[in-house]
Amino acid sequence: MTVYLVALGLCAGGGLAGALAPRRHRVWVASLLGVLGCVAALVAAARTLLTGARATYHTAQILPLSGLSLSLDPLGAWFVATSAVVGLATCVYLVGYARHGMASRTALAMFMLFLLTLLAVPVASSVMSFMFFWELMALSSLALILSEQSRHGDARSAAVWYGVMTHVGAASILLGLLIIAAGGGQDFSQLSAQSTMLSPTAKGFAFFLVLLGFASKAGAVPLHVWLPKAHPAAPSPVSALMSSAMVALGVYGIVRVGVDLLHGGSVWWWVVVVLLGVASALYGALHATTSTDVKRLLAYSTIDVLGLVLIGVGAAGALRAVGLTSVAQVAMMASLLLVLAHAGFKGSLFLVAGAVERATATRDLDLLGGLVHAMPVTTLVAALGAASIMAVPTLGGFSSEWLLLEGLLHGLSAASTPTVIVMLLGVVAFALTGGLTAVAFVKFFGIGFLGRARSSGALDATEVPPSMRVAMIMLSALSVVIGLAPGVLVTTLGRAAATGLAIPDVAALGHSTGLVLAHLHGAVAPFELLGGLTVVMIVLAVGARALGSRRARRVDAWACGRDLQTPRMQYTATSFAEPLQRVFADVLRPQADIEVTHAGESRYYEQALLYQSRVADVVESRGYRPVISAALRLGRVARRLHNGNVDRYLALGFVALLVVLVVA
Amino acid sequence: MGVTSWYAWASTLLQVAAVAVGGPLLMGLMAKVKARSEGRVGAPVVQPLRDLRKLLGKERLHARHSSVVLALAPMVILASTAMAVAISPLVSTRPLLSTSGDILVIVYLLLTGSAAAALGGLDVATAFGGMGASRAMTIGALAEPALLVAVIAMSIQSRTSNLGGIVSATLAHPDWVLGPSRLLALGALVIVVIAETGRIPVDNPATHLELTMIHEAMVLEYAGPELAVTSLGEAMRLGLLFSLVANLIVPWGIATRPTALALVAGVVFLGLKAAAVALGVALIEVRSAKLRLFRLPELLAGGFVLSVLAVVTGLVAR
Repeated sequence: MTVYLVALGLCAGGGLAGALAPRRHRVWVASLLGVLGCVAALVAAARTLLTGARATYHTAQILPLSGLSLSLDPLGAWFVATSAVVGLATCVYLVGYARHGMASRTALAMFMLFLLTLLAVPVASSVMSFMFFWELMALSSLALILSEQSRHGDARSAAVWYGVMTHVGAASILLGLLIIAAGGGQDFSQLSAQSTMLSPTAKGFAFFLVLLGFASKAGAVPLHVWLPKAHPAAPSPVSALMSSAMVALGVYGIVRVGVDLLHGGSVWWWVVVVLLGVASALYGALHATTSTDVKRLLAYSTIDVLGLVLIGVGAAGALRAVGLTSVAQVAMMASLLLVLAHAGFKGSLFLVAGAVERATATRDLDLLGGLVHAMPVTTLVAALGAASIMAVPTLGGFSSEWLLLEGLLHGLSAASTPTVIVMLLGVVAFALTGGLTAVAFVKFFGIGFLGRARSSGALDATEVPPSMRVAMIMLSALSVVIGLAPGVLVTTLGRAAATGLAIPDVAALGHSTGLVLAHLHGAVAPFELLGGLTVVMIVLAVGARALGSRRARRVDAWACGRDLQTPRMQYTATSFAEPLQRVFADVLRPQADIEVTHAGESRYYEQALLYQSRVADVVESRGYRPVISAALRLGRVARRLHNGNVDRYLALGFVALLVVLVVA
Repeated sequence: MGVTSWYAWASTLLQVAAVAVGGPLLMGLMAKVKARSEGRVGAPVVQPLRDLRKLLGKERLHARHSSVVLALAPMVILASTAMAVAISPLVSTRPLLSTSGDILVIVYLLLTGSAAAALGGLDVATAFGGMGASRAMTIGALAEPALLVAVIAMSIQSRTSNLGGIVSATLAHPDWVLGPSRLLALGALVIVVIAETGRIPVDNPATHLELTMIHEAMVLEYAGPELAVTSLGEAMRLGLLFSLVANLIVPWGIATRPTALALVAGVVFLGLKAAAVALGVALIEVRSAKLRLFRLPELLAGGFVLSVLAVVTGLVAR
């Protein structure tokens, strides 16, 4: 625990340094302290994961009235480790990025505070401590979203959406926790003991209140609306932290409250979680394929991946409730591994987005292209990240998705109809998102990095500074390691999943580097697969050499004999996704405007043609906008009440008093 | 290890060799069947192999604005397909690494190949490359889920997601073969295989017409040895999908015991079964016209619905 407290202290120190240190040293001192803090947190988390020992700490000095309670168990440690890994890389990244943005005192202090809360939330073990860090996390990230306002005009609106949704969510979580805490006490261990006395209705009500808040944080459709606005508006290191660490804490909250505090409850709770996951996975994947803003694409893909994580968590909860604990553990392991792998590939991709924005001054895929020539390292990281998220075998996304599919498939043999139905829905969503994700990320990589530059910004791009490159490679390496040797993590992963679900740890057996699920007759050995792939590639390369094929001659592209070929004739991200957009037009509701200006009097000769198309978030435009405009209309009506006339105010007060008396 | 080790190695090598030679031959066979049924003589069945040899001897040409991706893509296509061939139950149920011969591994190895082909198309910076990549990925995005779910439907009865396990279990329970779930899955697989191998009515491998090209548009800029590697990869993909479908539906003939005779019989039966599938697909090709691009989603959605129905039927019948 001491090491962990040192980690928190170092992050706090980093924040202070960011706020107080002289301008020249501010950035590197803050990053150094942040890096050290993350390393310490990693050490503490690793120790808990390896030994399985729970460590606790309580002090009455920090929070008034209740004091601060912390408890590090394997489930929390898994999320601490995830936050720490991304935190480590983003702190390194910050050194180079600071010349581009985020060098102000406020931004640095808030960044370190944000990092601290990300490390602290999974460890907080009382209602007060948890809500304290949870709110601090929301506020610090809110401030960070606003820190690049000058560059992103829509940052303010994004911040309003984020602020409102996160606070409604927090209120809902608090309400749910209060119901559980109704019997007195506020320590999680006390709550866990008391909740057995609650009626099933009260428990269910509490769970759904808490779920509302946590699912909104995890970006579950239809509570995701803030996410595709907030991620693009935030500076890239912050987006990386938000997308790979903060969003995952929503999942952590669902498991902590649902299983630890409420002992698993009924199957229906988890059925709802799976349904949320299915909706998110499909909706996120579909929007990711049509997005053209790099960070918006990544944000929607976060919704997609978190949807898969929620499917795993829901499946685990449901299977646990019907008694299939060994399969439940596999599903939970899949979710946890996907969270960590997501931190690796999505974290690195957000850092890539920051690098691209810094180098080209744009994030619009339609204006990028050809970066492979100018930015080789960034391109390599982008390729690995895209391949990993597409679940190319031997990379991080694949190992975790394989576990998820194993969990779902064997969950199909459960003897409970609702469970089987959601497992089936999970499998269908899993299959569909796989294909859609491939389109989204072939587009991301192929249009953004290959081909020819579509704007002068992309043409003049240069590689980013070493610290940014190192940070990107670090996260990329994480996802490669998870992919190649998931077996190394299996023991700790199994332990974290078992503690999270409060079931005996039986499922996983590490097999040197691969994954073996002996009781489910399933196995995968990515290391050997990569070996095979390498052998074939070497044979091909040697074969080509032996056949005497020399260096390739550079010629103009043939393109069916076309002479003139300009970069503007290439497919863009919009045109690449157009067929799919058309296929799913019923869900996406794309809008297109064409404006034709005629030359003079003639109706036949056109002078200019303006074509605009966009894909708005249907949930936002059809679900939220009507509610907001209704509230505004109500507000306008209510405004008529106060016209400054004292007599009317007195009359209103009198009426109100009468109503109260009558009702009472 | 001992006995099983030589057997695993021999199975793998035989499989890869059989599909590497058999894939182009299947293509030749299909072209021959199509030509004959249209009243033409057609090229000999070995023509695709001759084409490959000719291409291997030619000069390497790279489009001016392309990057290293253009050179890597053919190798990735071939390597991922060859890897999928190596670990699938084709000649025998236990080739090397057959424990990793999982549904998801095979489907995602194929997806890796498709993604590499699409990236190669985008790398050359022409309108055609982008067009092919966009269309191929769209069709892939709708076909891969159907493939995955159709194979999952077969895994329900055998309770394993390992393809070798599914094949062995089917051998032990011949009554499964004509079950309603299997038949629905077969319907889905036929549609998926046609889409994934780019045959009529989804794509026309013989066209170079701008409006209808899908796969050809992606590989338009490849020449010489790289075109050969890409074509071989595509032919092996066709061979793999045909053999896999044949073995999942009618597994008999596959080697289950470690004897040389069983392996030889496995190769022969594999060839016969794959040729039968090729014949069937060629007949479908002869009898149908290519669909408009925007009518394809309906066909593929039909395939997906069939595969989901197969899973549901399998669950209900259990």
